[in-house]
Amino acid sequence: MVTRLKEVDAVVIGVGWSGSILARELTKAGLKVVGLERGAMRLPETDFALPHSRDELSNGVRLGLVLDPSIETYTMRHATDETALPIRRFGAFLPGMGLGGAGTIWNGLTWRFTPFDHAARTRTIERYGAGVIPEDMPLSDWAMSYDELEPFYERFEKLCGVSGRAGNLRGRKIDGGNIFEGTRQSDYPNPPLVQSQAGHMFETAARKLGLHPYPTPSSNVSTAYTNPEGATLGACQYCGHCDRFGCAVNAKASPNSAILPVLLRDPNFELRTDAYVTRLIYDKAGRKVTAVRYIDRKSGEEYEQPAGIVALCSYTFSNTRLMLMSGIGTPYDPHSGTGSVGKNFCYQVTSQVQVFTKEEINPFMATGGHAMNVDDFNGDNFDHTGLGFIGGALIFAGPTHGRPIVNRPVPPGTPRWGRAWKEATAKWYNHSFSMHASGGNFANRGNYLDLDPTYRDEAGLPLLRMTFNFREQDYKLSAYTLGKAIEIAKAMNPALLGTPMPRKGNLNVVPYQSTHNTGGTIMGDDPHTSVVNRDLQSWEADNLFILGASVFPQNPAHPPTGAVGALSYWAAQAILTRYVKSPGPLN
Amino acid sequence: MASGRLTLTADEVSFFTAAADTLIPGDDLSPSASACGVIDFIDSELAGAWGQGARLYRNGPILKGKPEHGYQLGLTPREFFRTGIAAAERWTQSTYGKNFAGLDDPDAALSAMETGKASFDGFEAREFFEALLSIVMEGFFADPIHGGNRDMAGWKMVGYPGQPANYRDVIEQHRGKRYDVAPRSITDIGK
Repeated sequence: MVTRLKEVDAVVIGVGWSGSILARELTKAGLKVVGLERGAMRLPETDFALPHSRDELSNGVRLGLVLDPSIETYTMRHATDETALPIRRFGAFLPGMGLGGAGTIWNGLTWRFTPFDHAARTRTIERYGAGVIPEDMPLSDWAMSYDELEPFYERFEKLCGVSGRAGNLRGRKIDGGNIFEGTRQSDYPNPPLVQSQAGHMFETAARKLGLHPYPTPSSNVSTAYTNPEGATLGACQYCGHCDRFGCAVNAKASPNSAILPVLLRDPNFELRTDAYVTRLIYDKAGRKVTAVRYIDRKSGEEYEQPAGIVALCSYTFSNTRLMLMSGIGTPYDPHSGTGSVGKNFCYQVTSQVQVFTKEEINPFMATGGHAMNVDDFNGDNFDHTGLGFIGGALIFAGPTHGRPIVNRPVPPGTPRWGRAWKEATAKWYNHSFSMHASGGNFANRGNYLDLDPTYRDEAGLPLLRMTFNFREQDYKLSAYTLGKAIEIAKAMNPALLGTPMPRKGNLNVVPYQSTHNTGGTIMGDDPHTSVVNRDLQSWEADNLFILGASVFPQNPAHPPTGAVGALSYWAAQAILTRYVKSPGPLN
Repeated sequence: MASGRLTLTADEVSFFTAAADTLIPGDDLSPSASACGVIDFIDSELAGAWGQGARLYRNGPILKGKPEHGYQLGLTPREFFRTGIAAAERWTQSTYGKNFAGLDDPDAALSAMETGKASFDGFEAREFFEALLSIVMEGFFADPIHGGNRDMAGWKMVGYPGQPANYRDVIEQHRGKRYDVAPRSITDIGK
């Protein structure tokens, strides 16, 4: 028995960054919006309060704020001829759950993508010719250029109070910022965070090598800040509990701190938590999603919420899964290459090396976002001739935390327990940090998402299945960029270096790598090869919009959240200025 | 057998104590794992929601995967350790003629499990060892509110200051310099 509710102007599925930004823009314009959030209510003053919020075991290790896999997880296989098995505990990536979603538990890294990232296909062919693009890599440009999205990047930075240093302000290159970035019309809203010892060592070494170090653009704000919504963020305490944690002092911009305090008070907005959306009711002939079906997880009751506009704003995987479960669009078939829902599933190609130092590091005095970085080996900022791969990596160093259950590196060859382990751990805990080369991941024909034939979630619905593996492109990119990171590490004159860890072998879902999962409902200019158009409107249902990193055609090296926020403002503008006035296909 | 514990049997307490004190022996850097409350921690964790399988996807079919698939057993952590300790004790008995707590050289036995030289009957020795090492390290380094890391011995060993972790006013002047403070726990902050 499904209870049919009264129609509203718009329903937003998932109240994380995308959903809360879009809902805010729509309610400001006078639309009545319902937010359906599968997780529980999460308010900073009750849910992230000190001192329990900084408990490593509960949040850092038992993953108390991460999606509970007994509710929904994903299955994984490396190739189509294998049987996928469920991820029984999350490890490699950590989707969020609860009001705010992954935006609650992120590290605050708030980059823009580069002009190259927006036009990777065109720029690669221009410089190297089409021959360098592997046959099985469906490389695409974004549906909008960097310059088109620039004002929307800026809006998201102002919402988050991003702390950073511009490197390209209206065309003027600024030393100390990222000189490779696209042209910015305004500086960051706040100055960079206080630098760490590791960041200082990285900067000195990178400069010595003629590179261009710059501080992480961070949504952990360096100073108290009131954003354009009127929400106030506190100054970062450098507590080292960002990633996997809610911020106890509201210094980390999250939906919960930066926008929901305003949205939840707006009479045009109604939040329903514990609402597990299971299907979009699709009228194919009418090219519309007429309603959204969901289960109230508290009571088990099923509801249908009709709406004029439906926005799919859940995490990358759930966006694709809901499209497949609702029968909207054509599922991607890796053998024929036809269909578009589920294609271009991408990840991040992470590599690292541990640096052991004579200097005291104090890794616990940290934020998720105060590393130092270089973009010299990112995108097309260097000559790829003869290298056998395209794109590159963000290379950076600077601890994000010193939480000792998981962060207590010891030099290669040290036993993992016993007296010698104790001595090494006591000696090196405060004298080590990791250096990373975080590479972009281009799409591959064999990497995609579909519905698993066997495994089910708590509601009895099929899990999403990922078929994914790294490719030659990824291994070469990793080896090259990690080599560059090691050159920087050596220029620091370290006491010791750890064993280099380039990306090798199969995708492993156990060790944490990155929660930068992208694709599955990609944007494009062709309904046969993409799921949404450049306004993030479904090609199949005019009132359906899909927001989030699921629309990225491939995953650049820079972290994705800045673009996720920018695209939310972009879609909101298209909806409000064009769709509402004349509902129908926008492209 | 009465153990005075929430869930661990006396035999399991005996195994965990001997194993944890081999992994983290007492010396001038810290007391031994069991003296730091690590067994209390393990008992509490295995008796609680996590030990009973919370936040673990347990639906079947249960199939053997590649190592890259991660944990694929149908056991809760409590069941994993019950089964795993029994298997470890059978192996110890058949290899050394003694139970684990009676071994003269427990380091050698744990090394055999760690490297896969030990072959348990019906259980993966290496998987068991990895889970054992993890839970012992958690008990040594988690906030003392969870029952282990007594007197913050684990934190003192490495110089981790614990709570409340507000470093805004000190980060700049301590860049490259040691930050020497007595650590505090969640309980200390709550007082």
